Amino acid sequence: MNSSLMLIIITTALVNNVVLSQFLGICSFLGVSKQIKTSASLGAAVIFVITIASAVANLLYTFLLEPLDLTYLNTIVFILVIATLVQIVEMFLKKVAPPLYQALGIYLPLITTNCAVLGVALTNVQDEYNFLESVTAGFGTGVGYTIAIVLLAGIRERIDESAIPAPFRGAPVVLLSAALMSIAFMGFSSLSL
Amino acid sequence: MYPVLVATVAVAVIGFVMGMLLITVGKKFKVEVDEKQLAVREYLPGNNCGGCGYAGCDAMAEAIVKGEAPVNGCPVGGAPVAEKISQVMGVSAGDQEKMVAFVKCFGTCEHTSQKCNYVGIHDCAAAAASGLSPWACDYGCMGLGTCEKACPFGAIHVINGVAVVDRTLCKACGKCVSACPKHLIELIPDKATYAVRCSSREKGPTVKKSCDTGCIGYKLCVRQCEYEAITVENNIAHIDYEKCVGCGKCAEKCPAKAITLR
Repeated sequence: MNSSLMLIIITTALVNNVVLSQFLGICSFLGVSKQIKTSASLGAAVIFVITIASAVANLLYTFLLEPLDLTYLNTIVFILVIATLVQIVEMFLKKVAPPLYQALGIYLPLITTNCAVLGVALTNVQDEYNFLESVTAGFGTGVGYTIAIVLLAGIRERIDESAIPAPFRGAPVVLLSAALMSIAFMGFSSLSL
Repeated sequence: MYPVLVATVAVAVIGFVMGMLLITVGKKFKVEVDEKQLAVREYLPGNNCGGCGYAGCDAMAEAIVKGEAPVNGCPVGGAPVAEKISQVMGVSAGDQEKMVAFVKCFGTCEHTSQKCNYVGIHDCAAAAASGLSPWACDYGCMGLGTCEKACPFGAIHVINGVAVVDRTLCKACGKCVSACPKHLIELIPDKATYAVRCSSREKGPTVKKSCDTGCIGYKLCVRQCEYEAITVENNIAHIDYEKCVGCGKCAEKCPAKAITLR
């Protein structure tokens, strides 16, 4: 049981990395990866939201959509629930834990529209995970996202200080680095798990 | 018809429940914010530049209301904002002059020359760390644009090898002042008419060799000034804007034309 959960974490965080293998959440991956500090905060917020979202999505799916034969509605229902959930979490944190709220700052509402969150909820359904497995997969995906974005931020901080040929400056060199990272992460697919 | 109905009702109910949930949670976890703080925040510019030393305009508003920060603490908003905030807080703002950043170097390509080619990180701090300046004068602007990158308002640009401040856009947040590794940028009153455009502490002959508009410490300006507003220290003239009336006699007599009309 424990080993299978461990396996899910490694699979979601490294082998099927949400950004570098599944290409979800690219917008924030490229947009908020200028500094290691901010990207780490975003990563923390993503871990937090995805874990909670996969738990709620799983409960909703097993206890509402399946009994009513409405599984084909999962995308729209998940969007609805995730958006509400993030809002509630934000209000809750603002009241109960202001320091945490300030640390996550603008990133919490930004994640509402992050396709990675919805992607995990849908993948969990596809892989027929139970509640515990869904939460683990969600957590693993968040960790994978954090690893990817912090690594890219580290690379970009160095790129900023090197002499890049003019045509490659700005977005092109970032996209190239992301592509090379993606190739590197493909190496994990040969892990025999 | 039946499955469509179920789907519609189900999604509508979920949406309704979520909406109600949001309303309840919103009411239950409502955070009381001081009305004064909201009003103060309203008047702050909202650039979140951090020029005041706080994390942003929200943090500044909180500090003002708590009495930790002065009402005229916002360098960007200047006097008009300080006045509005002081009305909210019920204290007097005091006089606050609008300041602008000023680059104390005029060693453009025409006035000075390059002594070596700098190939490396395109950043003044990095170039300064090498201990050499690509320009003939070791005190002058290197023109690699670190201040340009630091300015959140796009008010400073490297033109012809020297950084120049656009007075209309400058908010005197002080970012460039701390960014310049040569300490060439100073905040001076916006109404100041004349300024010393040089920072070289070298003696006269050395300055003359490297730049034809550098201050040579000749002290003619000191003698010219009827208001004792100019002092020469470390071979560089300095204008005290508290005393300066802007008569321009110093600029007239300066042999190196280092004091100019801004």
